[in-house]
Amino acid sequence: MVKPLHCSLRWIEPGPERHLFSSTIILHGASPVIKTSAELKLEESLQVVNTPSGQPAQAKSNKPHDFKPRLLLMGLRRSGKSSIASVVFHKMPPNETLFLESTTRIQKDSVHSFMDFQVWDFPGQFEYLESSFDLEEIFGSHGALVWVIDAQDDYLESVARLNRTILTVQQYYPNINIEVFIHKVDGLSDEYRTDTFQDIVQLISDELSDAGYENAPVHYYLTSIYDYSVFEAFSKVIQKLIPNLSTLENLINTLSNNCGFEKSYLFDVLSKIYIASDTRPVDMSCYEMCSDYIDVIVDISELYSWDHPDRKPKGEQNQEAESHVVLHDETMIHLLEMNKYLCLVSVIRNPEAKEKKGLIDMNCRTFQQALNDVFSRSWEQEQEAERIQNQAEQPQIEEPPTSNFLSL
Amino acid sequence: MDGRKKKRKVLLMGKSGSGKSSMRSIIFSNYVAKDVRRLGATIDVEHSHVKFMGNLTLNLWDCGGQDAFMETYLASQRGNIFSDVAVLIYVFDIESREVERDLDTYSAIISALREYSPHAYVFCLVHKLDLIQAEHRQRIYEERSALIRSRTEHFAIDTFGSSIWDQSLYKAWAGIVHKLIPNLTVIERFLHAFAKRIDAEEVILFERSTFLTVTSVSSEIGDLNPIYDRHERLSNIMKAFKHCAARNTHTTPASAGFVVMHTKTPQFNVFLGRFTDNTYVFIVVPPGEAAYNCAVLNTMLAREGFSKAAGAAHGDGFPLPMPDSPGGDFNTN
Repeated sequence: MVKPLHCSLRWIEPGPERHLFSSTIILHGASPVIKTSAELKLEESLQVVNTPSGQPAQAKSNKPHDFKPRLLLMGLRRSGKSSIASVVFHKMPPNETLFLESTTRIQKDSVHSFMDFQVWDFPGQFEYLESSFDLEEIFGSHGALVWVIDAQDDYLESVARLNRTILTVQQYYPNINIEVFIHKVDGLSDEYRTDTFQDIVQLISDELSDAGYENAPVHYYLTSIYDYSVFEAFSKVIQKLIPNLSTLENLINTLSNNCGFEKSYLFDVLSKIYIASDTRPVDMSCYEMCSDYIDVIVDISELYSWDHPDRKPKGEQNQEAESHVVLHDETMIHLLEMNKYLCLVSVIRNPEAKEKKGLIDMNCRTFQQALNDVFSRSWEQEQEAERIQNQAEQPQIEEPPTSNFLSL
Repeated sequence: MDGRKKKRKVLLMGKSGSGKSSMRSIIFSNYVAKDVRRLGATIDVEHSHVKFMGNLTLNLWDCGGQDAFMETYLASQRGNIFSDVAVLIYVFDIESREVERDLDTYSAIISALREYSPHAYVFCLVHKLDLIQAEHRQRIYEERSALIRSRTEHFAIDTFGSSIWDQSLYKAWAGIVHKLIPNLTVIERFLHAFAKRIDAEEVILFERSTFLTVTSVSSEIGDLNPIYDRHERLSNIMKAFKHCAARNTHTTPASAGFVVMHTKTPQFNVFLGRFTDNTYVFIVVPPGEAAYNCAVLNTMLAREGFSKAAGAAHGDGFPLPMPDSPGGDFNTN
């Protein structure tokens, strides 16, 4: 696994890179696409052969490699890193993670979604701060370090190693957010869970303030793969890496206020990570229902989206999937496909909403337009970042005038 | 059995630990699969009444399977247990090591049944199939099912392979329920006419609390759907979501439910709504906004017609629509 020593820096051979293509076509019954690098290369070269201009392949390779934020999953061995990656990004049922083998190589997953990012799953048995490792290769990109601590185990060693890591990373790579997952909390009682949480936070912040870092940007999450907490935590981690998050949040807030939504999420359909939501505080229940509702639609679509020449549409219809359900207590859950990667799922507790479904739809379409504007502009920005930076510090994306939304 | 209220006695039998109470809890009491390990052994007979489709009530006798109980069922309780049985559901544990002995017990039960209820229908479930490796499942199930059939004497029998961990359980129970519903042909005739009228690819009727498929009809095109287990998978999907909704709205799974669900995708449109008091109707139509809205409207009209028919006259079992009539007040595209 390890490169021969004549190379001055030790580097663990990465495993085959897997590519995940997030796409809302799973709402139309297609299965998710996961490919290895080799398959992708083959496809790309075939494409080049087929289209001599080679335009699409060219565009892809032009994208600088460093633009993808990285999520680095680290922690002691057997703390649950690979399980987390498998459950969140490969849709593995949680109880099957028991059979995962110990990771011996860096497992890279490239997620192609509204924003491309990479997940690197590190084997836990190495200390990466040893000078023999090439830190630049690991941390030298914009991203987040996700440190997984097994809360059911003795965590002192893990915390000590994390402290060393934070100090190094903080010093040399301030672009890396530090996120601590206090993991496997499903096995702990509520009380013990809070105690563990506080204890770990205390241990880390003491060490950091001793070293002179007050208020170091470290965030803590209680997670478990057996409920929704790990998705929620990943959502928060990813959101920090999104360049125009505040714009998205403003947009969703405006939409939610005008439509009387209890809560509204913008989901990446495949991973079920939400990349933005309105900012009102709410318990987990809304997230659970929205995320499960996506499952319902994906599953039903799988059953009825078969292809056959005799299946013909009977009229005009929007090409985006749209769905809503009204529950026994008049709660409505509304789902609308936004673009190639995202869908908007909202919970509405207002019983009158049913009659005003048309207005809600219209508002959501307005939102969809605004959202796609935000995204398409941000791609332009990548190319002309300089020019925009000269004009203003923060590229002010023009928000659609609120009058476009009709209040209920 | 009097004419107005149809009570059907259903015996649930099988060796101790074979999973009888587990499946009963999942189907009728809104348990989820991982909760059934809380269940203890069934002592003697547990009776439960399950209201199903209008006036049909299932009178479910969950018979504890320990040897001592089995002996009393066959001896002193014989007349009490085996008389008036409409359906016997016998559960075999696929993992059992004493196949021959299980079959002997089964034979004894069958002969008791022949004595008291010769016209009963028999269902055998070969249960816990999830414990067998996937590639051997079909073969082992078929071998076992052949053995069972050879011991069944003259009774009409169906066998199902099942597991509480996937949709096969819903398939088995939907098959059972399908046999119990009176005037099913009438309902199916109505649904056929209805599906044709609204150009639906498929119309499915689900029972409200269990989400078991009561019956379904599909058009020529709908028949081409390559996914054969879609009905039980739907039961599974919708029931799972019902549990989620109950958890998050602070109600019991029994009282949670859906008022209506619309889904539009570029390949198909789906409408799910309440049909009668005890059923949901699930309609799949080809894409097309206008056609879809029309189909939904027509479903509402059909529902009214249905309940009117139920209110008038018979009120026995499932309300009967007047033959050929439900076209009169339909909208056309």
